[in-house]
Amino acid sequence: MSPTTTTAPEAAVPERGQADVRTVPHRRRRRFRPRHPGVAFAAWAAAAVFFSPVLWMFLTGFKQESQASTDPPTFFFVPTLDQYRAILGRDFTPYFLNSVSASVFSTILVIILATPAAYALSIAKIPRWRDSLFFFISTRMMPAVAIILPLYIIAKNVGVLDNVTMLALVYTVMNLPIAVWMIRSFLVEVPKEVLEAARIDGATFGVEIRRVILPMIAPGLAATALICFIFAWNEFFFAVSLTATQAATVPVFLVGFITSEGLFWARLSAASTMAALPVIIAGWVAQKWLVRGLSLGAVK
Amino acid sequence: MTAPTVRAAAPRGRRPAPPPKPPAAQRWRRRGPLLPALLLTIVLTQIPMLLTVFYSLFSQNLLRPGSREFVGLANYADVLGDRLFRNAVFNTVVLTASTVLLSMALGIGLAILLDKKFLGRSIVRTLLITPFLVMPAAAALLWKTSIFNPVFGLLNWVLSPFGVDNVDWVSRFPMASIILVLVWQWTPFMMLIVLAGLQSQSPEVLEAATVDGAGPWSTFGYITLPHLRQFIELGILLGSIFIVQTFDAIFMITQGGPGQATTNLPYFIYQESFRAFDVGEAAAAGVLVVVATIIIATFALRVISNLFREEV
Repeated sequence: MSPTTTTAPEAAVPERGQADVRTVPHRRRRRFRPRHPGVAFAAWAAAAVFFSPVLWMFLTGFKQESQASTDPPTFFFVPTLDQYRAILGRDFTPYFLNSVSASVFSTILVIILATPAAYALSIAKIPRWRDSLFFFISTRMMPAVAIILPLYIIAKNVGVLDNVTMLALVYTVMNLPIAVWMIRSFLVEVPKEVLEAARIDGATFGVEIRRVILPMIAPGLAATALICFIFAWNEFFFAVSLTATQAATVPVFLVGFITSEGLFWARLSAASTMAALPVIIAGWVAQKWLVRGLSLGAVK
Repeated sequence: MTAPTVRAAAPRGRRPAPPPKPPAAQRWRRRGPLLPALLLTIVLTQIPMLLTVFYSLFSQNLLRPGSREFVGLANYADVLGDRLFRNAVFNTVVLTASTVLLSMALGIGLAILLDKKFLGRSIVRTLLITPFLVMPAAAALLWKTSIFNPVFGLLNWVLSPFGVDNVDWVSRFPMASIILVLVWQWTPFMMLIVLAGLQSQSPEVLEAATVDGAGPWSTFGYITLPHLRQFIELGILLGSIFIVQTFDAIFMITQGGPGQATTNLPYFIYQESFRAFDVGEAAAAGVLVVVATIIIATFALRVISNLFREEV
């Protein structure tokens, strides 16, 4: 794609002639028409500004501490893995594993709970399905601070304070509204004719679900899972309030860097890179569906 | 199993509009799939919320066990009379309004750029959404250290050609610093929603406008903006609901300070709950926040249900 497109700006007419000779499909050549050099420049400049803090974090993680805080900033250096070694040598691993358990377990649970719920609210259309949908969404809008104290007191009395399972359950509830709305928006897109055809062919309820519906919404379920994973992984408020030493997750690990200001920037950057990377990758993979998840399925 | 019985029962009724109610057992079987999700949500959100309302009517401090005492609405009076609470409300409004408006303005600009075709558009889009994905707690710490630092920070280095030197951003402009971080983080969110709106415009309408002699500005003003309105509203309302709850950036960058300069409501309630352990006042403040959120959320839900009706 790129070698042909880069020659396109030259001139429109000879390019079309060449296309015939080289038998490049006509349609494909026309897709890129750089009519907006100003737009391209502005967009790339904006992307550079917005991305630079992330790039800086990534670069600083491979520096020595002496290169991390210099005036002017150091741009050229010999990369080192020392900081990563130091982080992993310190007790980072248990935090990372807690994050993995809490977010993966909650994501699986969310999908298991939300898929049937979304089915009941879309294809099966139970009575008052609209009310149920809006009930879910309203819980997502409720400020977490309003319920943190009762949750803390209940968890303390039941003995599940500082417990990964408890945290995962909280994340499950936090993500359920997004998942129900998102999965519902995928289920609505399953054509009625397909379901009717399956029923006429004698498909039982179980077969209908397993062989007809699930394969059709599988990509949607994957996207929903990625988005729930993103929110659970990045969550800080519940983690810092409900965990202490046993169940603390990666963002809680970072709290330790607040006081060591100016001393361990390279190490902080390495830790932040490791903390942020899983979600950056998940988000890049799911970017096509990101807006659907963020708008609770309202915007496609 | 359920479907044929329902269909068989339907013709018996005179009018097709209200189908006869299926037996209770069957209704529960249809509702069954919804129940686990519904129950878990109620247990972990509604019951704690009721408890918050309950706590807010008592004077209680976790540091003094057995100190619970019914005080009616006294906690609400205390909270509303508390200078620190009103300060937190003010900070929350400033923080939320500036962040939402700035990030929406930038988001609209970026979305318009991304709606055009240019070389590397998908890469630019990917780079632009990244700030939203970076763990907010990590991002906040990085801004605080390697960007805002007065001596070694990137921001002072970038601005040094303009005569800016050794400015301690976080202590001199605490609120503006927090807003800058949040705008950086939330612009991608607004951009994605507006971009989805732009791309859902029908090309025929735009073409018809061009044929009728509309220039790019009047096309934008008379066709694109009205079409975008509901997307912009959705972005602003959802953004407000999330940004009101900002906690990570304040906890990591300023701890609510200097003084109380950046203490917003979530951070205030967090301090009341986990530093002072004043259950009653924290709960009363929580209830007040929920009431305020319900007011914003009502508008948000209305916008969502409009979008929703178009689609169903």
